[in-house]
Amino acid sequence: MSALTDLGVAAIRDGVRDGAFSAREVAEAFVDAVGKARGLNAFTVETPEHALAAADAADAARASGSLKPLSGVPLGIKDLFATQGVQTTAGSRILEGFAPTYESTVSANLFAAGAGMLGKLNMDEFAMGSSNETSGYGPVISPWRRGDGGNAPLTPGGSSGGSATAVAARLAPGVTGTDTGGSIRQPAAFVGITGIKPTYGRCSRWGIVAFASSLDQAGPMARDVRDCAIMLEAMAGFDPKDSTSLDLPVPRWEANLSSDVRGKRIGIPKEYRIEGVPEEVDRVWEQGIAMMREAGAEIVEVSLPHTRYALPTYYIIAPAEASSNLARYDGVRYGRRVAPENGNLTDMYEATRAAGFGAEVKRRIMIGTYVLSAGFYDAYFNQAQKVRALIARDFERVWAECDYLLTPTAPSAAFALGEKSADPIAMYLNDVFAVPASLAGLPAISVPAGLNGQGLPLGLQIVGRALDEQGVLDAALALEERAGLTARPEAWW
Amino acid sequence: MSVDAATVRHIARLARIAITDAEVEALAPELNNILGWVEQLQEVDVAGVEPMTAVIPNGLRLREDAVTDGGIRDRVLANAPAAEHGFFAVPKVIE
Repeated sequence: MSALTDLGVAAIRDGVRDGAFSAREVAEAFVDAVGKARGLNAFTVETPEHALAAADAADAARASGSLKPLSGVPLGIKDLFATQGVQTTAGSRILEGFAPTYESTVSANLFAAGAGMLGKLNMDEFAMGSSNETSGYGPVISPWRRGDGGNAPLTPGGSSGGSATAVAARLAPGVTGTDTGGSIRQPAAFVGITGIKPTYGRCSRWGIVAFASSLDQAGPMARDVRDCAIMLEAMAGFDPKDSTSLDLPVPRWEANLSSDVRGKRIGIPKEYRIEGVPEEVDRVWEQGIAMMREAGAEIVEVSLPHTRYALPTYYIIAPAEASSNLARYDGVRYGRRVAPENGNLTDMYEATRAAGFGAEVKRRIMIGTYVLSAGFYDAYFNQAQKVRALIARDFERVWAECDYLLTPTAPSAAFALGEKSADPIAMYLNDVFAVPASLAGLPAISVPAGLNGQGLPLGLQIVGRALDEQGVLDAALALEERAGLTARPEAWW
Repeated sequence: MSVDAATVRHIARLARIAITDAEVEALAPELNNILGWVEQLQEVDVAGVEPMTAVIPNGLRLREDAVTDGGIRDRVLANAPAAEHGFFAVPKVIE
């Protein structure tokens, strides 16, 4: 039998149920793997006691015939989710030492379903970043290396970079991520795993540290489509504590999974063919199109005319919402406080925030403050909200012509740490393909689809209609079956 | 429009972030770059378009006007950098 850490969510759940191994053995194997991988910097806190206690409960549940949907599955939790009694920092030094007295709805749902927690996963500070380099706790390193013999440390993407590395390096079979403008999908693509952002409102935002509330959405990241379906079923659901939570039953995504896409229409948006994207990204996209055609889907060229305005729209709306959300970090109620000698209250606010926030977070708060300030609100923020409506309208219209969209997830494979950190806009361009679906609140998944010339994974994205997670998962499964990727990073850490 | 040093200081003041002169110098061109880049939205014809406020149609729910939470003062104060006598403590604000 292969190592227990090679198993995914479904295999662990089934193996525990069938008695092939105990949940305790599984938890111990992953706890051990986490302890040996500290060089990757994927975890900000390790919680082996939580994972082991949940495993013992799972073994007891099996004995008494009361197994739950995720009994015996140890997970990693992105550090954006408030976890009761366990440090929650959102990757920021301003929250160092913050131990919430409550549990986020999504993590509580996962634990109620029997899952345990291996630890909290490192991330870009307040989820603002695409490379994990903005984390206040140091960058996460990808387990992948270029096939050029050089050992340049690569980014796992961001902001859910710790989540991505944990799954790719077999430190956890599944993890939570959050996606505001690509933060699940881009890192999933960079490390060759699967990640889905569901429709806005499927997963409660309660207890998730807020970045841009009209965009933030939680989702799972795991080794394959089925594992994502299992996790999403446990994470999603109506929550009266989140005013934007959708009051709808959670579909049985796993039971209804089907890779039969015969007769489905797959739209290829022509505006996603942009200049400067490496040839290998296009090649993998073409291969994905061919695979879907082979699977019996009909390929149609479609147009989303406002695509090129999505990124600038996002970089007005997200910082604007962030500048408001992050006003709460004032050194009064939680987190760090810096109080200058003989200073007044304002001095304390300003010193606390100067010391606690990193450069990218400050930059975005400043942009957000500017676009919301008197005299500029209409020109920037209101204009962006109107363009956002046009971007959403593009999608509404395109659904008359197709059922899903198939696009690259990111415009490149993973890059080396330090390669793009000098130019904020070059970094923002990472999310050029991910942001439109975020602005429209649509479900979107990234599936590993191929390797580039240096042996690094590339992902493809499938976007669907609002609430059609099932269709998105099904189309992703069709792609996964045909891509048949088996490459994995060699354990060097 | 262009963001000068005085504007950077003004925004930082609004955002309650203390910044040094060196940071002002670095931030002015960075903010100008980003604002120049988002400026392209001005070319989009938005005549008759309502600003988007909700991505998925979802009305706000009403509930009974009743207390559903509370009585957890110590938990609320548990993470405060300074809490005294059951209150959040801050530097003196009244002279």
